Amino acid sequence: MTKVLMKGNEAIAEAAIKAGANNYFCYPITPQTEVAEYLAKRMPEVGGVFLQGESELAVANMIFGAAATGKRVFTTSSSPGISLMQEAISYMAGAELPCVIVNIMRGGPGLGGILPAQSDYFQSVKGGGHGDYRLLVLAPSSVQEAVDLMILSFDLADKYRNPVMMIGDGMIGQMMEPVEFPDKIESPDLPPKDWAITGAKGRKPQVVRSLFLDPYKLENSSWHLHEKYELMKKNEVRFEKYKVTDKNEIIIISYGTMARICQTAIDAVEAEGISVGLFRPISLFPFPQDEIYAEAIKKNIKEVLVIEMSTGQMVEDVERAVVGKKKVSFFGRTGGVVPSPEEVITQIKDMIRKKSKSKKKA
Amino acid sequence: MNNNSKTLFARPEAMTDVVSHYCPGCTHGIIHRLAAEAIDSLGIREKTVGVAPVGCSVLAYNYFNCDFLEAPHGRAPAIATGFKRLRPDMMVFTYQGDGDLISIGMSEIMHAANRGEKLTAIFVNNAIYGMTGGQMAPTTLQGQITSTCPAGRDLNETGHPIRMTELLSGLVTPMYLERVSVHSPQHIIQAKKAIRKAFQYQMDNKGFSLIEVLSTCPTNWGQTPNESTDWLEGNMLPYYPLGCFKDSFAEEDK
Ligand SMILES: Cc1ncc(C[n+]2csc(CCOP(=O)(O)OP(=O)(O)O)c2C)c(N)n1
Ligand code: SF4
Ligand SMILES: [Mg+2]
Repeated sequence: MTKVLMKGNEAIAEAAIKAGANNYFCYPITPQTEVAEYLAKRMPEVGGVFLQGESELAVANMIFGAAATGKRVFTTSSSPGISLMQEAISYMAGAELPCVIVNIMRGGPGLGGILPAQSDYFQSVKGGGHGDYRLLVLAPSSVQEAVDLMILSFDLADKYRNPVMMIGDGMIGQMMEPVEFPDKIESPDLPPKDWAITGAKGRKPQVVRSLFLDPYKLENSSWHLHEKYELMKKNEVRFEKYKVTDKNEIIIISYGTMARICQTAIDAVEAEGISVGLFRPISLFPFPQDEIYAEAIKKNIKEVLVIEMSTGQMVEDVERAVVGKKKVSFFGRTGGVVPSPEEVITQIKDMIRKKSKSKKKA
Repeated sequence: MNNNSKTLFARPEAMTDVVSHYCPGCTHGIIHRLAAEAIDSLGIREKTVGVAPVGCSVLAYNYFNCDFLEAPHGRAPAIATGFKRLRPDMMVFTYQGDGDLISIGMSEIMHAANRGEKLTAIFVNNAIYGMTGGQMAPTTLQGQITSTCPAGRDLNETGHPIRMTELLSGLVTPMYLERVSVHSPQHIIQAKKAIRKAFQYQMDNKGFSLIEVLSTCPTNWGQTPNESTDWLEGNMLPYYPLGCFKDSFAEEDK
């Protein structure tokens, strides 16, 4: 294994190929177009399928058709494009088709802007399309992690027969960092794809569909999906902690690039004797609810600080995790404005100051 | 049955032995049968996958004895593209109504046709939205009454009905485009030939084909089955002329 310097978008593309996903459909949109440009050259080299569709609406439906073959397929886009994909995403969740969708998020709503944001949290984690379904949502905070999670995403999609979404703010796609690709990818034992559409040869015809006109059958299917989501909650919670100790006065909850900025801020205030820990969810669905609760209730923790590049979307899930045991506050910038470590440091110090003031009053 | 008996008519192997949900006199069933006969005659049932639309034929997968995908409304050509690109060795056909293909799915069909996806598209034009109970379609004729144009289609408000096969003929890429009808036995024979040819071209990896089939909807036209075939002949044929609009291999075919 050697390290190579790569742009996030290109590393994501190469990671998919390493994971055996030689089938890619796309529509250009900033800030992720490099994935398509990279794969336009790379797919022919590996004998894969590359197709630029006429819209994200069509592309996501092409992914549906492609996924029905049982082969590994993926697409990448950015916020407005992901909105257009919601139709097929809902259909794929209903039809239990595995696939991987990458959202390199930019500011919204509407056409928004082209700079990094985390404002598609609700869309990714809470639904996006119609119906009783969930996506498994992963959020990397470095190019290396984007590679690792991309590879993992294909395994998880196959394991649960469900679309997996990897979301990164624009920075994950645009920045260059050294990355390592595994030489050989060992996939865990995955269920056989006996549902795949391969022709009714020596077996009965098979149908891939999300339609159940009988309400009892649709209800059964919905509960079956629900059971998978419960299994995900049990098995697929992922997170990382940074400088989390019993001395922490504040615990920051932050994901993606934002979490790295928080690390810089945490190091800086540590030098001044303020102890802050970082809890970084990697899986946004399933959300590390119990794990956040366990940190929040620690004796020394005065406040839980959620920091996002949005006006505060994940904060709801953190509040739900903390169940009122501690105060949850929020800091964020949005629209493509990336908070600086200094802004985070100011937030932390203000918080500590207020706390000590109120203590004196008491 | 004695030894001299001969089977003249039977259910195609590519059709299942179930009662369909189509209304009495609806010609969707005939079109299903023609597709199934084409599949049988080419011996491709075991490597064929159909893509069902949203419309009255949404349950087509119950009637064909081959693998199927159920697409979102209008997206069958995109679904078929994704599948066929990964499995060029398989045979893929789409089956779509006029609302599905021309209205909500206009973009998907145009681009699949223009890319030359190696598909067979069966397009059922009944001048109405059948499944949702008889609303105006892009193919609804001038003055035709539907539940969303109760005074009859007004061209000033909604433009002229779209002649899809003609529209597709403006593209360079598609290989074979023909409009047929199933309102009489002679027309059914012609439709059968066209559908078979469209499958044959796909088998030969020739490119994109679309067969537009004029079809009846007695229920939402408010007619008996016989009235509906007459109405089709008297009203649809003049506006939607039958015939082959493009056949890039017509010569070598002869
Ligand atoms: C996104 C979406 N919009 C609307 C509908 C409702 N809908 C179902 S079938 C249909 C029209 C189908 O008409 P057509 O394609 O002409 O088929 P037919 O029933 O006439 O064969 C509509 C509007 C839907 N299922 N999905
Ligand atoms: S509603 Fe019309 S198109 Fe639908 S099955 Fe009945 S007759 Fe056929
Ligand atoms: Mg119709």
